[in-house]
Parts: sequence; structure tokens; C-alpha cells
Amino acid sequence: MTTNDLLFGAIPYAAVVLAVVVTVVRWRRAAFTVSSLSSQLLESRLLYWGSVPFHWGLSLILVGHLVGLLIPQGLEAWNGAPVRLYVAEATGLALALWAGFGLVVLVYRRLSNARIRAVTTPMDLVVLAIIGVQILSGVWIAVAHRWGSAWGPGVLGAYVRSLFALQPEPGYVAPLPFMVKVHVLAFFVFLAVFPFSRLVHIVTLPLQYLARPWQKVVADRYPPHPSYVTPRRGR
Amino acid sequence: MRVRAQMSMLFHLDKCIGCHTCSVACKNLWTDRKGAEYMWWNNVETRPGTGYPTGWEDQTHYKGGWRRDRNGRLRLTLHSRGGGLAKAFYNPVLPELDDYYDPFTFAYGDLFSSPLSDQQPTARPVSQITGQPMEPASGPNWDDDLSGSDVYAANDPSLDGVDDAVRAQMEEIERVVFNYLPRICNHCLNPSCVAACPSGAIYKRSEDGVVLVNEDACRGWRMCVSGCPYKKVYYNWTTGKSEKCILCFPRLETGQAPACAHSCVGRIRYMGVLLYDADAIEAAASRPDDELLDAQLDTILDPTDPRVEQAARLAGIDDGWLDAARRSPIYRFVKDWGLALPLHPEYRTMAMMFYVPPLSPLMSAVEANLTRLEVPDGAGPFEILDDLDLARLPVDYLANLFSVGDRAPIEHALRTMLAVRTYKREQVPGGAGGNGAGGNGAEPGADGVGPATLAMLESVGLTPERAEEIYRLTTTPTMDDRFVLPPYHRELAIEEVNDPLSAKGSTGFGAITGPRRGS
Repeated sequence: MTTNDLLFGAIPYAAVVLAVVVTVVRWRRAAFTVSSLSSQLLESRLLYWGSVPFHWGLSLILVGHLVGLLIPQGLEAWNGAPVRLYVAEATGLALALWAGFGLVVLVYRRLSNARIRAVTTPMDLVVLAIIGVQILSGVWIAVAHRWGSAWGPGVLGAYVRSLFALQPEPGYVAPLPFMVKVHVLAFFVFLAVFPFSRLVHIVTLPLQYLARPWQKVVADRYPPHPSYVTPRRGR
Repeated sequence: MRVRAQMSMLFHLDKCIGCHTCSVACKNLWTDRKGAEYMWWNNVETRPGTGYPTGWEDQTHYKGGWRRDRNGRLRLTLHSRGGGLAKAFYNPVLPELDDYYDPFTFAYGDLFSSPLSDQQPTARPVSQITGQPMEPASGPNWDDDLSGSDVYAANDPSLDGVDDAVRAQMEEIERVVFNYLPRICNHCLNPSCVAACPSGAIYKRSEDGVVLVNEDACRGWRMCVSGCPYKKVYYNWTTGKSEKCILCFPRLETGQAPACAHSCVGRIRYMGVLLYDADAIEAAASRPDDELLDAQLDTILDPTDPRVEQAARLAGIDDGWLDAARRSPIYRFVKDWGLALPLHPEYRTMAMMFYVPPLSPLMSAVEANLTRLEVPDGAGPFEILDDLDLARLPVDYLANLFSVGDRAPIEHALRTMLAVRTYKREQVPGGAGGNGAGGNGAEPGADGVGPATLAMLESVGLTPERAEEIYRLTTTPTMDDRFVLPPYHRELAIEEVNDPLSAKGSTGFGAITGPRRGS
């Protein structure tokens, strides 16, 4: 097994298994620890300039990546006209720079504000570092290995599909430039760290809010209402 | 009619002395923890003032509560559902820590560990968040008794619409006036914190109306903090979860009054059951401003009505609760006597904690270096009943707090209290009422009360019997009169799902783990 096989053939599965299993276990056994861990109460002004670009920038870029991997034909059709390719690439780059700006503000806020330092854990900095590597390598690729939205779906799409088919072909990644490898690997590290860090708040995005009634009344008078949670003993 | 029960508290503001014993009892019991230092689930504010957190009543800024849209429908002021999710990454109307205060303690250890020196060692104030030395610049009751500066009082939103001349009067030193406003979570019928929570972690208990945060389901989006117009949900900065007053439900379930009420030195707090119609809530909360108060009070049901009783039984409310509802001191004050009102009904959350508005001294004037009560010559003490503007606390101001600006309910409550007071004073030989023993030009009756006084009672809709009842429950109630607590039978509810014998020899039911912060 070559290093390439290990990094792009084995680690992806280890990361996904960790992300899924630990998230489920944490959610069930230690639901109290699952939170967005907001620090807005302690500092609000810098958070605005950091959090909004960071979250929106990364979310929209993630959507772009998913479009490229899930419906590559659609992206290729869009990129058929050079102008549209330029628009897609420029949008992606702009979003990355926007998110990167947010990240810089967030790191500065974490380190400069005494109140925020009081609630900063080492894992918070690890998370910011991993995402920082993601953004930097992504921007590098966008500049140095241009038109990723044109070559990406073909080259990386095949690799990702091989992972999903449980017949990993790490060979697809082997000949790619160093920064592309970094970008791909950093994502797997992101997945592996996900359940052990505040990143877990991503899966708590409360989409059910769009559908639920405004009020919530719980009847736990006996006979117990179905929504009554039985206290579990032994933990 | 869908009957539910509500544990409700009443604050007799005329008796509050602003001692903060309630706040300390609550703090010691519930919020003496890391991350909760700045929280005062129970706080006492000096009014007029901006309160805690500062300016909480300014809903154009904080967007708490509900509003009625042009079509007469109820809308959450904070956000639509989609808008709420869009603001997940930054909450634009969240109070900051400094809007509450930077919690501080003192470095007491330095008193013992300082090296030998010519100076006395001092315990410097340190922030409970950073642990660093700090200069305390504000606190939850920094403007206690109007201390500090007049800035707090001048910025009180409830003074909006109060006549400038009246405002000037309030600020004159000879006439300066304040009262105390103790506040806990209002455990509303139409809680906007519940509606604002994207995770659905906050809920209202059907059995007693207590509004609780499920700490395991809370994801820390903080929309409840913004959504609550009373700012009575707090964000624990270390666990990343929201917390709020739980109405001491573990005490209620074991037949004890909440700690704040139990410890109240002035005995201003009452606790009892109200039955309400859950089907009527939305319609009542959607009424135009001038009908809101009546609509809210109309959702409270008469526990002696046989139809209510029947519907309550159908809803699973047992005899013990029905009996407690019939003996409820809250029902007496709110519904029978019209003496108590909810705080800021215009927020449309239908708050279920009630306040008896405070009486205040007559306005005084300074003449020849003497301060005297400004009652016109020849005016009897009944005069104040018809001219409440002689009282130092403006009726308009109280109306902005308790009745959406409507003077009538405030005037009714104040007149009733004044009438009872005058009536009882008359019974004392040579009583301080000034009308003692026929002072109004007529022979006194058997109990020393003249016909003029009885006529005065009647003019505010009181019989002597009712006046006595009000007097008794106001001035000399026993603990059992003040706290009429229903039997919860929680032990039976637990047995349904958990075998008590299986816990023999252990420390109790449920999961007992520390509030460990996630990473």
C-alpha cells in the first residue's frame, strides 16, 4: 500500500465512519454537549464581521462543490460558454476570499478579546486551522490551477464516485498537483475532527423549524404523554 | 373549551420594600454557577429606570414579543421562520454581556496570601469571566433607589407619553418617587421564547404552565433570549445553553413555594392555581391593543363554574388541583377584585405573573422650609379617590406598565386599595383616617364606620365584607393563605415509567451528570 493509497483510499473511510458513528453516539449519550457554542453574548461587533462572511461564504462554496460532484453534466453545460465559466469561477473565488476574510476576523477575535479567550478551547483553534488550510488551498487552486469547475467534476468526480461505490481508486488523485491533494485531504481531516469539535453544530441546523407550530406544550401528567422522556439510569 | 392549569404568582407592589432577598434566594439556589453568574432569574428593579438588562422594555430595539399585523393576525416580532434560520449565524438583536453587567467577585484569597507589608491587603474586584482584575462599572441593580444618576430613570420607555409637566414633577427632589418592580419569568400563555426557538427546545408544561428549556435539546441559537420581551431567558456563556426561571418546579412538586416567594421579607408574593382556556389564547393575543387586557383576563376561567369543572376533569385536572384553583389567592386578586394586572400586556405573550400596582404618597410641596402634603384645604381624604393625579406615581406611568396605557384598570385598583385603607382606618378609634368617629358629619355605625365611608366603599363597588377580605389577604395572610399549592403527585407520575424500588439504595432517579461544555 502506497502512501497515496493510505491517504486517499483508507483515510476517507476512517473519517466518514468516525464522523457518523461518533456524531450519533455523542448525540445520544451526551446531547447536552451539542451546541453551536455561541460567544456572541461576550463579543458581538467583531463576530458580525467574522461570522456572517465565514458561514455564508463557506455554505455557498459547499453548495458549489456539491453541484460539481452530484450533477457534473449540469455544471459542464453551464460552463459551455466561456463567459459563464468566468462568472462561476469568479463567484467561487470571491466567496472564498469573503469567507477567508471572515476567518481572519474570527481568529483575531479569538486571540485578542480576553472574554473570548476565556471560552476558547484548543479544539476551536484546530477547527479554525483546518478550515484555514481548506480556504488557502482552495484559493491557491483557483488561481494556480485555473478553471477547477471545468476539470474538477471530471477528475475528482470520478474519484468521489469510486469512494461511494466502495471501490476506491486513489490512483485518480495521485497525479494531481500537491495543493489539490492538500485540499482533498484537509476535507477528510475535517470530517474526522467533526464529531469531536464544535463542528458538530452543523448537523443541528434546525430545518424542522420551518414546519413546526409556534407553540409547544408538553403534557407529562400521568398517563405519560408520548413526548415524555423517560430518564435513563446509570449515566 | 380546553382547560389547562397555570401556577401563577402575584406581586403586591404596595408591600415591596426592595430588599432583594428574593433575588439572593434565587441566586443561591439556581444561578450560583459558572456561566450563570450574570443571570438573575429573579431581579428587583427600581422604577422609573431602565431595568436589567438595561432598556429591556425597548422592543423597537430588542424586538421581543408578538405584534398584530395589518390583517389582525399574530406575528412574532423577532422573525419569520425562514428569517430566523437566515439569522442563525449572527443574531442582530441579542443583548450583550455589558447590557446585563460584567459579573465580578473579589480576590478574597489575596487577603490571606499577601506578603507582609505596611499596607492592609485588599481584595480587588476580578471578572468572573476572565478572572482578570476589573473596575465594576455596572450591575443588575446599579440604579437601586434611583441612585447613581438620573440617566436610568430618564431613559425609562414607560415614561413615553407621560406628560412633560408630570415627568418634571417626578424628578423634583421634593416629589421624587420610585417603586420597586420584582420580575421573574412570566411563564406566559403565549410565550414568544417558545415560538422563537428554532430547535423546539422550549416548551410549556400543560399541568402547571411552567415554561422550561430542555437543556439536551437546546443548541444555543439564542433566539429565545431575543424573542422574550421581558429578557428573562439567559444564555449560559460557558455551557452554550439557554437557561431561565423554572418557577422552582422541584419545590412546587414537593409542596413548597418558589424560593423567591418563600423568602420574601415583605410577604408581597402570593402563589396559586389559575385555570385557563387554551383554545382562547390565540384569539385573545390577536386582539387590538385596547382590548388586549380584557381578552387576556377573559381566558382565565371561573373554577366554581360547573361547566369549567366538568371540562377540567375531562382534561385530567384532578380534585386536588380544582380545590386549589377555587382557593387561589391569585384568582381573588385578579378576577374577583380586579386589583392585579399582568406586566406589559401589549407584548401579547399573555404573561401569567400579576402585579398589584403600588400606592404612593400624595404629592408634597415645600413652603417656608416645611414639606407638607399637598391636599387642598378642606378636602377630605376621600378626595384622593377622585383625583388620583395627586398621587406621586402618575397613573399614566402605571398604565404604561400594566394596562397598555389604559387608566381605568389602574384607577380601579388604586381606588379600591385606598377605599379599603380608609375604611379600615375608620374602625380604629381616633383612627388616622381623619374621619374617625363620625368625622364626616354623621354618627358612626357599630364598628365605628360612618355612613359617608360606607357610601364611599359602595362608590368603588365594595361591600364591607369584601373590603375585609381584601384587607385580610393583603395585610395578615398566613403562609397557607399566600401559597395555595396543589398536590402534584409527581411520585405517581414517576412510578408510571420508573420503578421506585429499583432505585433503592441509590441517590435518586434520572441522569445526574455535570453540565459539561461541548467542544
